[in-house]
Amino acid sequence: MTRTLLEMRGIGKTFPGVRALDRVNLTVEEGEIHAICGENGAGKSTLMKVLSGVYPHGSYEGEIHYDGAVLENRSIRDSEHKGIIIIHQELALVPLLSIAENLFLGNEVAQGGVINWPKAFKQTEQLLKKVGLSEVPTTQVGKLGVGKQQLIEIAKALAKDVRLLILDEPTAALQENDSQKLLDLMLELKAQGVTQIIISHKLNEISRVADRITVIRDGSTVSTMDKHEITEDRIIRDMVGRDMAHRYPDRVSNPGEVLLEVSGWNVWHPEQVGRQVIKDAGFTVRKGEIVGIAGLMGSGRTELAMSLFGRSYGRDITGTALMNGKPADTSSVTRAVDAGLAYVTEDRKVLGLILEEPIVRNTTLANLPGVSNGGVLDKRRETEVAERYRKAMAIRTPSVQQKVVNLSGGNQQKVVLAKWLFTEPEVLILDEPTRGIDVGAKFEIYTIMNDLAAQGRGIVMISSEMPELLGMCDRIYVMNEGRILGELSKEEASQERIMALIIRDNGQKKDNEGEAA
Amino acid sequence: MAEQKGLGAHLGSHLRENGMLVALVAIVALFSILLQVQPQPVNFLQPQNITNIFLQNGHVIILALGMLLVIVAGHIDLSVGSVAAFTGAVAAWLTVKVGLPFYIVIPLTLVVGGIIGAVQGYWVAFWRIPSFIVTLAGMMVFRGATMWLLGGQNIGPFPKGFQALSNGFIPDLTGIGRPHGLTLIVIAIAIGLQFWLGFRARARDAEFGIEPEPTGLFWGRNLIIAGATAFVGWQLAQFRGLPNVMVVLAVLTAIYAFFTENTVTGRRIYALGGNEKAAKLSGIRTDRLVFLCFVNMGVLAALAGMIVTARLNSATPKAGVGFELDAIASVFIGGASMTGGSGKIVGVVIGALIMGVMNMGMSILGIGIDYQQVIKGLVLLVAVIFDVYNKNK
Repeated sequence: MTRTLLEMRGIGKTFPGVRALDRVNLTVEEGEIHAICGENGAGKSTLMKVLSGVYPHGSYEGEIHYDGAVLENRSIRDSEHKGIIIIHQELALVPLLSIAENLFLGNEVAQGGVINWPKAFKQTEQLLKKVGLSEVPTTQVGKLGVGKQQLIEIAKALAKDVRLLILDEPTAALQENDSQKLLDLMLELKAQGVTQIIISHKLNEISRVADRITVIRDGSTVSTMDKHEITEDRIIRDMVGRDMAHRYPDRVSNPGEVLLEVSGWNVWHPEQVGRQVIKDAGFTVRKGEIVGIAGLMGSGRTELAMSLFGRSYGRDITGTALMNGKPADTSSVTRAVDAGLAYVTEDRKVLGLILEEPIVRNTTLANLPGVSNGGVLDKRRETEVAERYRKAMAIRTPSVQQKVVNLSGGNQQKVVLAKWLFTEPEVLILDEPTRGIDVGAKFEIYTIMNDLAAQGRGIVMISSEMPELLGMCDRIYVMNEGRILGELSKEEASQERIMALIIRDNGQKKDNEGEAA
Repeated sequence: MAEQKGLGAHLGSHLRENGMLVALVAIVALFSILLQVQPQPVNFLQPQNITNIFLQNGHVIILALGMLLVIVAGHIDLSVGSVAAFTGAVAAWLTVKVGLPFYIVIPLTLVVGGIIGAVQGYWVAFWRIPSFIVTLAGMMVFRGATMWLLGGQNIGPFPKGFQALSNGFIPDLTGIGRPHGLTLIVIAIAIGLQFWLGFRARARDAEFGIEPEPTGLFWGRNLIIAGATAFVGWQLAQFRGLPNVMVVLAVLTAIYAFFTENTVTGRRIYALGGNEKAAKLSGIRTDRLVFLCFVNMGVLAALAGMIVTARLNSATPKAGVGFELDAIASVFIGGASMTGGSGKIVGVVIGALIMGVMNMGMSILGIGIDYQQVIKGLVLLVAVIFDVYNKNK
């Protein structure tokens, strides 16, 4: 009964010096959810840009058949008219405008250039209902969480009579429960007949919603499989082109004495008066140990780490931090670094790197005194340092003079790591160290982490991906609503137990609120 | 070791730096020709003109040095023209009304400039008031303060010592007279230094695996610069020797070039402009650096103010109008990024010289001030369009 909605045949696309796509084939049936997998740089996004008209007809090779006709898009507008709508990884919402204004941006409910607000609001409410939101249409988009913003994006697509919805890594920035909501919505849209293409790194999500999967590697189609053929191992094998028997490198854990001990840590929100973000938190890290912090987004993991690292977040911070049993001064970033702490941010592009500067300058940024004499830089030493880390971490680049903006996500992450390793920290806090990087690079980051632990450093790993925590950590702390709920050893820990702790905590909180009311 | 790419590829990636130099040479050549072919031919590159280019534009270069740091840090300073006028007035008042000698007036005025920069920098750095606003206010405040201090009148003339700051020339210690011996010696040393630094940088590039400049280009560029330096030096020696202002400029340029490229603090300013949040999380005290950039700007504005006052031999309420725009234009013509984080001292100096040469050339040609403004504006626009186009390519 199925009918082919889209067929892309022999698509090729060449950028100066790079063959990004080479004879890619993709067939999407009407009403299915089709997943596209591939490592970073495999060509997924390029393919979708060809489809959505970002690269106009004539700038690529091959043919596209859509809805029984040949598709020759000259612009994004062209493809949108035909019902092909793409939601990019970076959300395209205007934070200062309202939901209603955003939904109809470029597609205003207007006559003769005058907007009919009552009608727009009414339609907004209907669209919001469709995506399961109950926000007031005049709400500023910037005040919504990322999860809700993602839903607004989908509502925006629905406002344009979407037939083929393309979602480029829609859950990359989302928390577990928001992701689930989004996936549910995808299934619901499918029931309403919207064909969807999802690009994702998260294999468990794909196996949940996708009817078929196409794997792309190095710009070519490797395989397309039906739902019943899908296994994670097979996807990974096709993606990386080799067997990944172990997704996490082996490691002999041998924790020593306590390095860092944080107790009674309280942090208040920097702007909202009276809102406590971290409540009486405490944790310890031993030499050679990898300790995980699990929790949903907004649970305070990043806030805990950043408030500890030179009070980079929050105000009225109280609590004690002991390094090797002695009180440590972490009241500024410089002092925290001197005390032996390092914090590798979750947002490497915004908080970690100076994108327009070369690798070498980024590597030494946090420890310039280490490559200078009396305030004068020794550029020879600086280059040696950068070269050393390039080799040690296998940063793939023709030269350390390369600007970091030109590196892939995985290599950028290695540069941020190199920057902090050069400060010779005893304890490294890694916040989402593998976010947005491909499977192969993840393995390399894990290996580096294990090496660091083996050198006797203590590592705190904050991650939203529970399998990663379970695979890497000796112990896992579970955080929720700014508190540390408990601690699970490697043997005790499982995805279910972590979630159970969080859900039980949320339940108790509701009960308490109920009693108070 | 990086492989050697072709000349074309290298020029492409270093278009900006070499392009600036080529543009300067081309503009000088253009004016030389235009002035030769007119009914009454004028030698554009006569000693007096060369001396005047530096005397008349010294303040712009000095202001642009400080402005580069401010712009690299991601800010702007609109007040420098007014601050230069005010500090010039302060210097004049101290010299003429109070009667202090120049060796006390000069440091004292520099301190005043530093304090003004500190006050403005305080609001920008620690209170996070946009620098555009703070310095726009400063522009008005110090213009008013200048008028108040001068009581609406000019103060002058000055004793010789103070005037020497801008009108003086280095003494000829060799006693040759004409050509000016010491000038020739200094120029010779400068050329030697240029080649020594060039070869050292080249050796270092090779060692660091930075793609080396094609040999032909290296020699071509250095010979052009050396030739130009020798020519300028010889011409100056025929006239009255090196002006004091030029010595000040050369020393300041060298200091700031070294500071921006080879010191920890300089590097941190670029990091701050490139990504303030990342710099902060790397333990860099970004607010203090912004503050220091403004203090530095204030001191340089005071120096520029004194040089201008000394040149005019009087402090006037209208001095320094539009200086800030000349300085900012020089920085952007010199290739700095509007969003901060990049820009080179050498580029800025060439940028200021391009403006200066154009000012003088057009004036000698008798082009009206109206057309001059239009042409200067278009040059700025073209330079920046060129930059943006190159970046997007």
